[in-house]
Amino acid sequence: MSPEELEQLAKDAQAAREQAPHALNICMAAGCLTLRSEAVKSALEEEAKRTGSACRVRGVGCMGLCSMGPLVVSEPGEILYRHVTPADVPELISTLDVAPLARLQCPREQAFFQRQLNIITENSGRIDPDKIDEYLAFGGYEALLTCLTEKTAAQIVLEVSKSGLRGRGGAGYPTGLKWGTVAKSSGTHKYVICNADEGDPGAFMDRSVLESDPHRVLEGMIIAAYAVGASRGYIYVRAEYPLAVKRFTIAIREARRLGFLGSQICNTQFSFDVEVRIGGGAFVCGEETALIASIEGKRGTPRPRPPYPAQSGLWDMPTLINNVETFANIPSIMRRGPDWFASIGTAKSKGTKVFALSGKVRNVGLIEVPMGMTLRQIIFEIGGGVPEGHHFKAVQTGGPSGGCIPEQFLDLPVDYESLREVGSIMGSGGMIVMDDSACMVNVARYFMEFCMSESCGKCIPCRAGTAQMYELLTRMTDGSATLRDLQLLEELCDMVASTSLCGLGQSAPNPVLSTLRYFRDEYIEHIEQKRCRAGVCACSPAEVSA
Amino acid sequence: MSLTAKKPALPSDDKRWRIVNGTMRRYGFSRDALIETLHTVQESFGYLDKTSLRFVAESLRVPLSQAYGVATFYHLFTMKPPGKHVCLICMGTACFIKGADSLLATAEETLGIKSGETTPDLNASLTTARCIGSCSLAPAVVFDGNTLGNLDPATIRKHLEGWKPA
Repeated sequence: MSPEELEQLAKDAQAAREQAPHALNICMAAGCLTLRSEAVKSALEEEAKRTGSACRVRGVGCMGLCSMGPLVVSEPGEILYRHVTPADVPELISTLDVAPLARLQCPREQAFFQRQLNIITENSGRIDPDKIDEYLAFGGYEALLTCLTEKTAAQIVLEVSKSGLRGRGGAGYPTGLKWGTVAKSSGTHKYVICNADEGDPGAFMDRSVLESDPHRVLEGMIIAAYAVGASRGYIYVRAEYPLAVKRFTIAIREARRLGFLGSQICNTQFSFDVEVRIGGGAFVCGEETALIASIEGKRGTPRPRPPYPAQSGLWDMPTLINNVETFANIPSIMRRGPDWFASIGTAKSKGTKVFALSGKVRNVGLIEVPMGMTLRQIIFEIGGGVPEGHHFKAVQTGGPSGGCIPEQFLDLPVDYESLREVGSIMGSGGMIVMDDSACMVNVARYFMEFCMSESCGKCIPCRAGTAQMYELLTRMTDGSATLRDLQLLEELCDMVASTSLCGLGQSAPNPVLSTLRYFRDEYIEHIEQKRCRAGVCACSPAEVSA
Repeated sequence: MSLTAKKPALPSDDKRWRIVNGTMRRYGFSRDALIETLHTVQESFGYLDKTSLRFVAESLRVPLSQAYGVATFYHLFTMKPPGKHVCLICMGTACFIKGADSLLATAEETLGIKSGETTPDLNASLTTARCIGSCSLAPAVVFDGNTLGNLDPATIRKHLEGWKPA
């Protein structure tokens, strides 16, 4: 395919989109689907047919405000409707030519939408993820074609470095540096892997991106493969995300059909293809060496690094592993330039971050904000704050590897460094708001149970240490702990963090350490007074009714 | 090489074995197809057992110990037949904060089994998930593949009572 041909395809796709005077886009991503958006879509299609309305019904990806689903957007005008049921459909279609249906309208002017900056999610909720034409209509695969025909591999690596993009899986390793290492490593084959094993509980960003705009991730992977010299790629998706698997599989097929995947892509010498691999429900497989073992068909246990996968990864070959969101950033960086990307964010953390905002907050859903926005802006402006009658207590980021951030740090600008300084991590992007009904000791125990069950068992500090820490935390919640147990818990935290083999064990103590740091009085209360101020632990049954 | 090596015969004339074989063929009977093949076995038969593990291990030329190791390592694989109905309770952080543990306690009490178990009459299984990614609907439960959100103990009890044989 030549640039001219692609341009023509994009124009045709745009024209096809604009053919109907009205379009109704209905969310077909996981959140709204659970709220029966499928039935709304069928009702819309039937009603449009019955009334002969010149309205196109389009299934699209996530629009973000999941707590208001099922969501429908009418074009032109981008009018958003919330909580749409099949019963609302006739009225919705009959008013298309008249005026917006005020009864269901959800204002776009609210902070939830206004404060966001959509790069990765720019097409989410606008395009049909199953149709490559829709992606092309918004400039899809333009970046790939430019890279293949006008840029050398080294130039691309340089641009990624210049953009300041850092790994969105959580650790924040500079993406350009990683690409450069893989590009320089020698091997008969090289591989590109997309890590879509989004295991952190309370995180659904990658799921949403894959369900809403799969081609963006695929395009990023192909550009990466060209830049590092890889011939084969894998995407490792959780089995819990069947819809993401389905949509990405369709995306691969469509991309092959148009020659963006396969041999001699776009009539160049570059060949690359991608295969989907489905996980088996093991959290540890999010760790890169464990993930590689799993793709090789083995138990997902990590191995010591170095050598890093960039030098010796899948089948001992140089392997580039990036997270879904990292790849999703690439097409935009290539299209709009590294300087544009570097102009967004903070000094050391560039671009945007997608967060899954959930828990005790009014607007639950998926948001994308520039790095450096404060927690207060995210939780209270975008999220609408904690529902009536309760007070904000902490926000949990980074899943089982992260920590709980208390009220005093609400004005903290969110980036990789600042979150680490206060004892948490960026993680993949789960952000769970907790109010005064949450017991922090119990929360620490919850995460320790998670790490204990998900420990692969290969190294002793993690296998035995998490079990012992869980036991100690259980004693605290059931009222049988002593102050000596608290001391023991702190010693174990230090030991497990410094001697475990992989990230799972090394970061398993984080939820305990961060709650100990900011909510130590709650631990002491549990131990000395057998009292749980939130009234959730067994140690204070008298307060359960509170 | 893998194409010429002798393949074990299908364990029975059950059509589902051909589906399993199809998956292995798609991957050229290469060893790294082990997990994918076990997924197919479980999708087709509902669970893994000695016969299927042995068949897959021999077909892909991996030691039976490795196949067993993989089958028991990954949480999604089960070696026990599931019940007619499956109730899966999400224990993700958002669901946990919104009371998933009380949903689990109610489900255990209603069905008379613990999480991970199946009723003796094989009518219902109760399992938990780490996070199903439906955090906007927390707490969420999946009843026979249908996700329901914003649940309370009374609703889950009503749902599970409905599964009980008359």
